Amino acid sequence: MGCCDGGVTPPPPQAKTLLARAFRANHARETAAVNKPLPNASRPNSLRSGPDARGRFGDFGGRFVAETLMPNITEVQEAYDAARKDPEFDREWRRLLKDYVGRPSPLWFAERLTNHLGGAKVYLKREELNHTGAHKINAVLAQIMLARRMGKTRIIAETGAGQHGVATATACALFDLPCTVFMGATDVERQKPNVFRMKLLGAEVNAVTSGSATLKDAMNEALRYWVANVQDTYYCIGTVAGPAPYPQMVRDFQSVIGDETREQCLAIEGRLPDVVVCAVGGGSSAMGIFHPFLDDSEVKLVGVEAAGHGIESGAHAAAINGGSPGVLHGNKTYLLQDRHGQITEAHSISAGLDYPGIGPEHSWLHEIGRVEYTAATDSEALEAFQLCSKLEGIIPALESAHGLAEVIKRAPTMPKESIIVLNLSGRGDKDIFTVAHHMGVEI
Amino acid sequence: MGETLPTAEGCIEPVPGGRIARRFAKLRAEGRGALMPFLEAYDPDPATSMAILRGMPGAGADLIEIGVPFTDPAADGPTVQKAGQRALKAGGTLAGALAMVRDFRRDDESTPLVLMGYLNPILAYGPERFCEDCRCSGVDGLIIVDMPPEEADEVQPFAQGLDMIRLVAPTTLESRLPTVLDGASGFIYYVAITGITGTRSADAADLAAAIPRIRAATDLPVAIGFGVRTPQQAAEAVQVADGAVVASSLIEILVGTLDEEGRATPGTVRAVLDGVRALAEGVRGARD
Repeated sequence: MGCCDGGVTPPPPQAKTLLARAFRANHARETAAVNKPLPNASRPNSLRSGPDARGRFGDFGGRFVAETLMPNITEVQEAYDAARKDPEFDREWRRLLKDYVGRPSPLWFAERLTNHLGGAKVYLKREELNHTGAHKINAVLAQIMLARRMGKTRIIAETGAGQHGVATATACALFDLPCTVFMGATDVERQKPNVFRMKLLGAEVNAVTSGSATLKDAMNEALRYWVANVQDTYYCIGTVAGPAPYPQMVRDFQSVIGDETREQCLAIEGRLPDVVVCAVGGGSSAMGIFHPFLDDSEVKLVGVEAAGHGIESGAHAAAINGGSPGVLHGNKTYLLQDRHGQITEAHSISAGLDYPGIGPEHSWLHEIGRVEYTAATDSEALEAFQLCSKLEGIIPALESAHGLAEVIKRAPTMPKESIIVLNLSGRGDKDIFTVAHHMGVEI
Repeated sequence: MGETLPTAEGCIEPVPGGRIARRFAKLRAEGRGALMPFLEAYDPDPATSMAILRGMPGAGADLIEIGVPFTDPAADGPTVQKAGQRALKAGGTLAGALAMVRDFRRDDESTPLVLMGYLNPILAYGPERFCEDCRCSGVDGLIIVDMPPEEADEVQPFAQGLDMIRLVAPTTLESRLPTVLDGASGFIYYVAITGITGTRSADAADLAAAIPRIRAATDLPVAIGFGVRTPQQAAEAVQVADGAVVASSLIEILVGTLDEEGRATPGTVRAVLDGVRALAEGVRGARD
């Protein structure tokens, strides 16, 4: 197996040089362009002002829910609108981020990885060092605080890889709230350590067998439960998808990642990064790191979808690269679907990216061309997973390894003085069984 | 009901005033409420579901709701979900549901047909072409579950001649009613329970309190669904409202007749239609 010899095959030297030259030429042009003021206001003043009152980012987003769910959505919208204006809410959340989560997370200069790739300086935004091992906890704590403000006494959540479920179960333990996590039966099977973690934290894990028994079905089931229990229940969504206000709210709470990265990069390097890379499933870690950079046109933003066995194989989770716009889970966005509008199965080695949609703001950023969406295959992610472990002593989540795979392709084509930042959104301890299985190792 | 459009060649002639309004007017004149059974198109196979559809008016259906299968029916309980999965497995699509309507209209020009489904298959089909094909096939009304009034411009601009049936829930705020009713036609679908389809039964006292609230805001007929299972409950529903929608309990009857592989058996069609007959008796006896 090519993925398991313990290293990454470097691109042929000739191709590498050509690519590097092409990129430098391009990069020089782009840099020259952004140093001048924009000639006219052909663009909106800010790309950070969305969504509009309808919850839309361009044509994407919205509130596509049954009337039965509308009161729930309206209640969350009103509560969020009030909370975000309340300095006390912000203070309490920042306190939790600092003393409970351990923020700010470091921006680590990955020197060995940089030398190995031989191009841009590679920095890792260490979200995997957060309490619970991923970025999910940032938005969860804020949402649980919101639920308490709303007087809700029960929390539900959906989870794929289990990271959001663990984060929600953690916050519920901290705030002494009963918690039910909906998880596709297929994922319960392949993410046993996280299932056990959630139970240890006192949460109830509801294995969802309806539909295809994966993340999308877990979300359907959570929505169904919520409709029937609107009085006492808050639905803590884990990503920047779902009906408004969730895409905006989760993005706002995750933007702490990008805010810190921006400050840290300025402090270390005296300037902003040239490229920011992040893996995208639903896209909460990516929105979190991208959003504070949206108006810095000199910073190139790259989202990396899961290409699974390859886009052309049909077995992937790349909503933008291999899907088309539609409506699912309350929002209009890019989706994996057949020509009849039936949602098709996503595939990725990473359970956290195994979702047939993507947050609506990403769909918009793709259409206006502000963010470039590429894809990395299962085997590219597996190679990146191993490379990062060996060179940096950091075992990344398989989700983050997709982003890293893009860095591995891109950094060598960039000049040595340029800066590329990867959002290392989670740690890979949860994935060692999957990776071992693919390496043919029994543990 | 909007203005009537000229009929394209090979299309079903529209009924002036619309079949739904005419049917409710006729029932009102007769002094009784409407029974509106539901069937999922292509469940468990196209021929069986077509036979059930054809037989429903004879068994006492006043209007019929046809479910369009979707992979992710977030507002539906397990019974309707599984019906959708069987239908998809049997090749069910939006185009297939429209073909069933065309077939049905060959021998029934008067029973109103309502398509109920989710938005994504309609977007994939193309909302404008979808509405054209609905009119042409003889569909009378649409219930698009995950398209609240705020998002109605996805389909409504193309829906002249089709009734847009809106859902009102027990949790729908008084202040929101005007928004929900704006642009609604045909009838109002009152969701009798706080929850998903087929999971609980409607409470007669709750209904008696809720329906007058809607009546005060609209002249449209009101039908009750989501919690109506038995002939007794259907009878209670039409004592306070103009119609009763029954879905899950009829699907359960169908499921009870399937063989181990989930295929229809010779008794399937008759069993479902007997269920419709029993409900019709309940509805017809309700106001005696």
